[in-house]
Amino acid sequence: MSFQPVKFYQTGTFTVGNRLLPDAERSVQANMRRTNSLNSGHRACQGCGEALGARYAIDAAMNATGNRLVAANATGCLEVFSTPYPETSWQIPWIHSLFGNTAAVATGIAAALKVKAKSDVRVIAQGGDGGTTDIGFGCLSGMFERNDDVLYICYDNEAYMNTGVQRSSATPPAARTATTMAVGSEPGNPFGQGKNLPAIALAHDIAYVATATVAELRDLEAKVTRAMEFRGARYIHIFVPCPLGWGHASHDTIRIARLAKETGLFPVFEAENGEIVSVSKIRHRLPVEEYLRPQKRFAHLFSPQPRAQVIAHLQAIADRNIRKYGLCEENAQ
Amino acid sequence: MLKQTEGSHAVAEAVALCRPEVICAYPISPQTHIVEALGEMVKSGELANCEFINVESEFAAMSVAIGASAAGARAYTATASQGLLFMAEAVFNASGLGLPIVMTVANRAIGAPINIWNDHSDTMSQRDCGWIQLFAEDNQEALDLHIQAFRLGEELSLPVMVCMDGFILTHAYERVDLPTASQVDAYLPPYLPRQILDPAEPVSIGAMVGPEAFMEVRYLAHAKQMQALGLIPGYAEEFRSVFGRDSGGLVRAYRAEDAETIVVALGSVLGTIKDTIDEMRDQGAKIGALGITCFRPWPLAAVRAALAGAKRVVVLEKSLAVGLGGIVSNNVRTALATQDTPVHTVIAGLGGRTITRDSLRKAFAQAFAGRLEPLSFLDLDHAAVDRVLAREREVRRSGPIAEALLRERGVPGARVG
Amino acid sequence: MFQIRIHGRGGQGVVTAAEMLSVAAFREGRHAQAFPSFGSERTGAPVVAFCRIDDKPIRLREPIMQPDALIIQDPTLLHQVEVFSGLAGEGYILINTSRSFSELGIGEFVQEFHAKHLCTVPATEFAMKHVGRPLPNAALLGGFAAVSGRIAIDSVLAAIREKFPGKVAEGNVAAAGAAYEFVLREMRGINHAQAD
Repeated sequence: MSFQPVKFYQTGTFTVGNRLLPDAERSVQANMRRTNSLNSGHRACQGCGEALGARYAIDAAMNATGNRLVAANATGCLEVFSTPYPETSWQIPWIHSLFGNTAAVATGIAAALKVKAKSDVRVIAQGGDGGTTDIGFGCLSGMFERNDDVLYICYDNEAYMNTGVQRSSATPPAARTATTMAVGSEPGNPFGQGKNLPAIALAHDIAYVATATVAELRDLEAKVTRAMEFRGARYIHIFVPCPLGWGHASHDTIRIARLAKETGLFPVFEAENGEIVSVSKIRHRLPVEEYLRPQKRFAHLFSPQPRAQVIAHLQAIADRNIRKYGLCEENAQ
Repeated sequence: MLKQTEGSHAVAEAVALCRPEVICAYPISPQTHIVEALGEMVKSGELANCEFINVESEFAAMSVAIGASAAGARAYTATASQGLLFMAEAVFNASGLGLPIVMTVANRAIGAPINIWNDHSDTMSQRDCGWIQLFAEDNQEALDLHIQAFRLGEELSLPVMVCMDGFILTHAYERVDLPTASQVDAYLPPYLPRQILDPAEPVSIGAMVGPEAFMEVRYLAHAKQMQALGLIPGYAEEFRSVFGRDSGGLVRAYRAEDAETIVVALGSVLGTIKDTIDEMRDQGAKIGALGITCFRPWPLAAVRAALAGAKRVVVLEKSLAVGLGGIVSNNVRTALATQDTPVHTVIAGLGGRTITRDSLRKAFAQAFAGRLEPLSFLDLDHAAVDRVLAREREVRRSGPIAEALLRERGVPGARVG
Repeated sequence: MFQIRIHGRGGQGVVTAAEMLSVAAFREGRHAQAFPSFGSERTGAPVVAFCRIDDKPIRLREPIMQPDALIIQDPTLLHQVEVFSGLAGEGYILINTSRSFSELGIGEFVQEFHAKHLCTVPATEFAMKHVGRPLPNAALLGGFAAVSGRIAIDSVLAAIREKFPGKVAEGNVAAAGAAYEFVLREMRGINHAQAD
């Protein structure tokens, strides 16, 4: 049986049915032998982007390592909704230690595996944006610069959701959180703050850095799979919308993620050995307003009166991303 | 093998003989020489099957040890002072998870004001963190306690802190008897973890426990520490049979049989206390000492038995519970709760202040005469303190309090002691 | 118990001197304890190190306030630090200098002490000659063995070889040996002077 070449965006949701693909190209999730590493029955909210991202990421890593995987998990939603004792959704060896030390715990696991000659068992550290870009940043940077054999995955939902939607250094400008309220002359999170962790990861000259979203789950799986082909420190930053914190419909998680990419607000790229090797192009470039409008955290930009200047500022950020990362096809720009 | 060496090196050699598999290092005086020596042994290949990791903070050091221990490796680190506080969250986590990490704490004061010298404020601040805390009297005991610590911690799945006085022991050259590898191997079996991150049998470690069971889990931690009280004397006994010397145990009495006054202390100051006691005994004073080797778990029954015959107890301690007084002495009082023996707290040696025989003799003589206050501070410059307090009453903007005190005290740079 | 206090400046190997002295005593089967005055001193700052030697285990942890012997590695400290504090009348004084006690301005002061217990030795010169660096510590230990008779020169040389690697050790051994001979000659001179 021969297969017709397909493009992944041929269906309305930009995904492609696995039936149309050869076995090797099929999604890990489509495989009957998928491990369900983060098993069903957990307590995540409806439409949780983090739960979706983690399931795809960890199953892909399991697939890539022949199920020889250990995970260290930061405090946060992912940790809380996947347990408590005696229940656990994790079908892999999993440890939660603290909020800010996950990368270091993973370093310790990797060191133990190395000394015990079990380097075939691979180590993943995972956490939310707060545990990664803020409180866990020191340990993460240490793990990077030592080039410890750990894949760190950040599930970025742009605020501290577990504690009730407080600002993190990954919260975007203008976004309303519980600590950047939509009040005053400049409502929401200030412009000119925050950090770009994928860029910081790249600056550590580690083997593999990639970004992904839960709108392109095949791409996410492919990146996790690719990451496991490298040794040393690696980093994947996954954009995971949070219906509760962002104030969008729970069935819109994937759409919001796609809009973040298609507006240029979240650049999706892949870098190997310090150089960007591929960029996920924008196919239908959209104004940032399309992304902002469905989210209550940006509601103050549209009512009671529109804040055109703020929206323009956000558009400028998207435009800069598009230029900087070459997110549009030359002729589409 | 007898060897004249630095305390830090002796400890490093003992740790190496325990075949650690992961060592994490972050520099803070006065523990640096220990991990430096271990790092050299790993790098040269002398200590094989061991990963030596230079981490970016003490918090990371303990966290790496947590990961390594949970993955089944024998993990070790060392710290002191601010470093112990910086890792405090992970220190509690290690014991809460039941991971038998061994850590040396080269005891040092806590700032501010910044002070690099010895006292016990660092480990005393962590006395309730769930770790077993053992205090070494000299470098031989520091070395020996590490070997016992791995044995004890791994048996109970509890982490163990070996506390040794910073600089006073870590930087002192003295004679130690270094055991052989076969002796240590005979005493310390390979680490068999109770829990391990293993793809063949996946477990979740460190998940949330709610109000329905948290009390019971904490009680189990307490019950394990109580088990340690039962195990420690046996391990010390076994240690003697393998290595031929007394080290460790819960408490150790010195000339206390007929003593009316018993001085309780921890760590290296016991040496100076014993010399002082010998002098005072020669002059007919009925005085003895009780060294606390195991501070956590608190050996209540052993302390009670050792102090049963005393008319008065003087607790000499190198830490201060600000707003209360003594820490060790309050523990001692729990052991004497059913007796009316007076317990005097003498705070001494804070921030490296020299504890001399002269000062000890005076304090003990005061105790005999019934003139020792319930709480006193050895060699405190009361006049200088009073002047600073008086100035604070007079001047609102009196400036940094430490600077004011130093101006009152004068510059002690030219002094030897 | 015999107690030695060593004064010098950061970078002159003061602490190493105390350690080597303790190793030398250990090699003679005695108990010894060496420790520095702890601090965050930098190069050039006044530094003190201590060494106790005894025939039984040493438990005392206080600094040496009544030394039996003083080794002064840097004579510029004489008028800055209370180097002689607590030294008994029977005490030994060894100063690293090419000058005499009176040239150092302490001729009158040292008259309180036993002439046979006092000596100056140009240890830095011996170090420059044999080690090539102004590190007088090993040479002074050689001198100390000679003036005090409390430790055998062979033990000192063995301790130096234990502490330093190959070539550096041999240079220091030569410096210590030279200082030892120098002090012995000086001592004989004093004995002759007294005999006269």
